[in-house]
Amino acid sequence: MLHVDNIEVVYSKMILVLKGMSLQVPDGKIVALLGSNGAGKSTTLKAISGLLGGDGGQVTKGKIVYEEKDITAWSPDKIVQQGVFQSMEGRRVFKHLTVEENLMAGAHSRKDRRNIKKDMERVYHYFPKLKDLNSRHAGLLSGGEQQMLAIGRGIMAKPKMLLLDEPSLGIAPLLVKEIFKNIKQINEEEGMSILVVEQNANVALSIADYGYIIEDGRSVMEAPVSELLTNQEVQEHYLGMSEEGRKNYREVKAYRKKQRWI
Amino acid sequence: MTFFLQMLVSGIVVGSIYALVALGFVLIYKASDALNLANGEFVLIGSYICLTLVTALQLPFLVALLITLGVCAVLGLMVERVVLRPLLNAPTISIIMATIGLGNLLAGLVHMVWGHQTRVYPNLFPDTPVTFGGVLITPVYLWSFIIVMLLLIVFTVFFKYSKMGVAMRAVADDLQAAASMGINVKRVFAITWAIACIVAAVGGVLLGNINGVNATMSVIGLTVLPVVILGGLDSIPGAIVGGFIIGILQSIAGGYLDPLVGGGLKEVFPFFIVILILMFKPYGLFGKGGMERV
Repeated sequence: MLHVDNIEVVYSKMILVLKGMSLQVPDGKIVALLGSNGAGKSTTLKAISGLLGGDGGQVTKGKIVYEEKDITAWSPDKIVQQGVFQSMEGRRVFKHLTVEENLMAGAHSRKDRRNIKKDMERVYHYFPKLKDLNSRHAGLLSGGEQQMLAIGRGIMAKPKMLLLDEPSLGIAPLLVKEIFKNIKQINEEEGMSILVVEQNANVALSIADYGYIIEDGRSVMEAPVSELLTNQEVQEHYLGMSEEGRKNYREVKAYRKKQRWI
Repeated sequence: MTFFLQMLVSGIVVGSIYALVALGFVLIYKASDALNLANGEFVLIGSYICLTLVTALQLPFLVALLITLGVCAVLGLMVERVVLRPLLNAPTISIIMATIGLGNLLAGLVHMVWGHQTRVYPNLFPDTPVTFGGVLITPVYLWSFIIVMLLLIVFTVFFKYSKMGVAMRAVADDLQAAASMGINVKRVFAITWAIACIVAAVGGVLLGNINGVNATMSVIGLTVLPVVILGGLDSIPGAIVGGFIIGILQSIAGGYLDPLVGGGLKEVFPFFIVILILMFKPYGLFGKGGMERV
């Protein structure tokens, strides 16, 4: 169980990005974190995985607790060893390493080196395409294949919790559906809890159990997915559908203002 | 023809040492995007330490070499900890400046401890040359070549198959993504510097056995620059191939052209090559100008 408790994150000691963000990821569930550009989704993930340091950010208030341990401000390698693994936004595969070497790098934190070959087969079971490409440099894969590899690296690390940052970014819509199906499958078969950050709310909610909506650095709504899907405001602003047709801009602005006060 | 072969052989041997030293240079470039301009001083220090162990303490050569490698590994770790770690997120140019400062500091230390006259290693290898098809090869050349080749094989296997080797390449590729894999980036940097220091030291010891040791040996730090520019700054195979090419060309140019111009061309010849490479193939033979899928 992951608790993010009212955290504040500041970049370069002056830019306040998260203003009291809270969320929880129960064991074995898929939780979706939705929000628009710049709302603080990626920052939330990086705060959890300890990768803020590379961007000059730090958690200044609140705490992050994973399995009763306060992991706030731990170094990323320690957090991975606790079983929390982040697959970063934009895939970030190691371009000059082969597919297989990328998977090996994903398994870096593992102590049981013997099972690595077996788990590689596991990755190929979810993403058969990668098997044929295993000796190719990752930089030469297509966007979708790179995304599969990025998630595959996550499987290799055998985490208890996988954090996925925009797995749909820059990938053909048909492939996005397939990748999300794989994510659901990984959740079910490996028993990994998954926290997925998405702009593409439709596809994220199609596999998630619970959803949070983040705006301007704080969580403004949280509910089980079935409720989110029927909530009118969510439908309008995140799922792009509306029963009475498009609303005018003033009403949208009023909604934003309202959200800001929550 | 024999003269040519003779030059070729000595070029190959010196080139293999260049390859080794260049390997350390490339490792650091790949890890931190910075040129390590203290590399020549690492070579020098390694050579002097081993010399001291062999002459003053009368240790057998292999023991002395192993101790030298250990000491240099510690030196590399210390350099990373004291000089580089505080500059972890600093601009590349600051890191390069720091290595220049470090180089001067080390050069000064060497001068204080060992003075400036040329010292020679005692004869560790037999004097009688071996003949290969009419070409005379002194054992010190032969052994240097064998040691370098062994090390190059060890490193190739290390980078290809070991966990730490793959992690080092991952860090070179994308530092933040490597951190997200649970790779301890600071440890990788420390090991990178230790390895760079070790290979430089081996280069220094071998060169010292061939030519004797004095402060001008640190010039090799500059000579490997053409090597890595030819091979591609970020390519390990490039460093190795580049080392051989520069070594051979330098040796042959020295043999044939030096008498014509009255000497000295051997030292500058690699830099002619650099200019040509920069004009026609700025990323070097194996360098990656950024891999893109098209």
